[in-house]
Amino acid sequence: MKFAVIVFPGSNCDDDMYYAIEETLGEEVEKVWYTETDISGYDAVLLPGGFSYGDYLRSGAIARFAPVMESIIEEAQRGMPVLGICNGFQVLLEARLLPGAMQFNKNLKFICRPTPLTVVNADTMFTTEYEQGSTVTIPVAHGEGNYYCDDDTLEVLKQNDRIIFTYQDDINGSAAGIAGITNEKGNILGMMPHPERAVSDLLGSTDGRRLFQSMLKNWRESHVASS
Amino acid sequence: MFKVHVYVTLKEGVLDPQGSAVADSLHAMNYTEVNSVRIGKYLELEVENTDNLEKRIEEMCEKLLSNPVIEDYTYTIGEAVSS
Repeated sequence: MKFAVIVFPGSNCDDDMYYAIEETLGEEVEKVWYTETDISGYDAVLLPGGFSYGDYLRSGAIARFAPVMESIIEEAQRGMPVLGICNGFQVLLEARLLPGAMQFNKNLKFICRPTPLTVVNADTMFTTEYEQGSTVTIPVAHGEGNYYCDDDTLEVLKQNDRIIFTYQDDINGSAAGIAGITNEKGNILGMMPHPERAVSDLLGSTDGRRLFQSMLKNWRESHVASS
Repeated sequence: MFKVHVYVTLKEGVLDPQGSAVADSLHAMNYTEVNSVRIGKYLELEVENTDNLEKRIEEMCEKLLSNPVIEDYTYTIGEAVSS
């Protein structure tokens, strides 16, 4: 499986993401500069955390119009797995690949600490290696992770099991404690916590590993099934 | 060339943590007459006169300058300025 880690000016978790794939999965992974216009040769796209374009205007707003995004949107709509972490999640929201928007954390603080999450849906291509309803500890590091959507959208997310991770404590004011959601098809996951920072005991947690392992396993299964 | 003034504000009902913090600070300074504060953005564009100027400005506002999920925008087209 060949992963693309997209690098925007101001991304700063691209190395961690690259390392997570290389170390956890031992699969092929390349960094892809934001000026590339064709990502169809990859099997999955990883949008890393950071401060793309300095978070100018709104976090993710400018990255959303970077040249590489057109191809990502096209492939994502065709079903390519896309994982957006932190700023990557914000980019997916700005690109309208996922519904809702991010606001400043309700206490206006930048929050950076390991955070217990509930795996609300373990039946997605990103979470099958987790147990439904289990607790995982994954670090967050964000100032704008206060997820907002209108009541109708929230209802749709709930009804369709598209809320994947929730915070166990209300750390930032997110609607329904949302830490991660998918699109309708389930091939796009956006989450604020950083699984790529929880892939070895040295980092304090290995709970992030199973997310990447789920992606690989499910990709292999669908790949084998279709060939 | 025109000067275009764009105002981006949070939609009604969307919480504004920054605005609340500023309101609290004003209250602490004894400006107790302030009921609430909402923080928005003001953008100033210098734009060449083109066909469909208003339509193009609205497109810019909807695509990039504001996020319609949480924000509203208004704009005014100011006096023509010499470049």
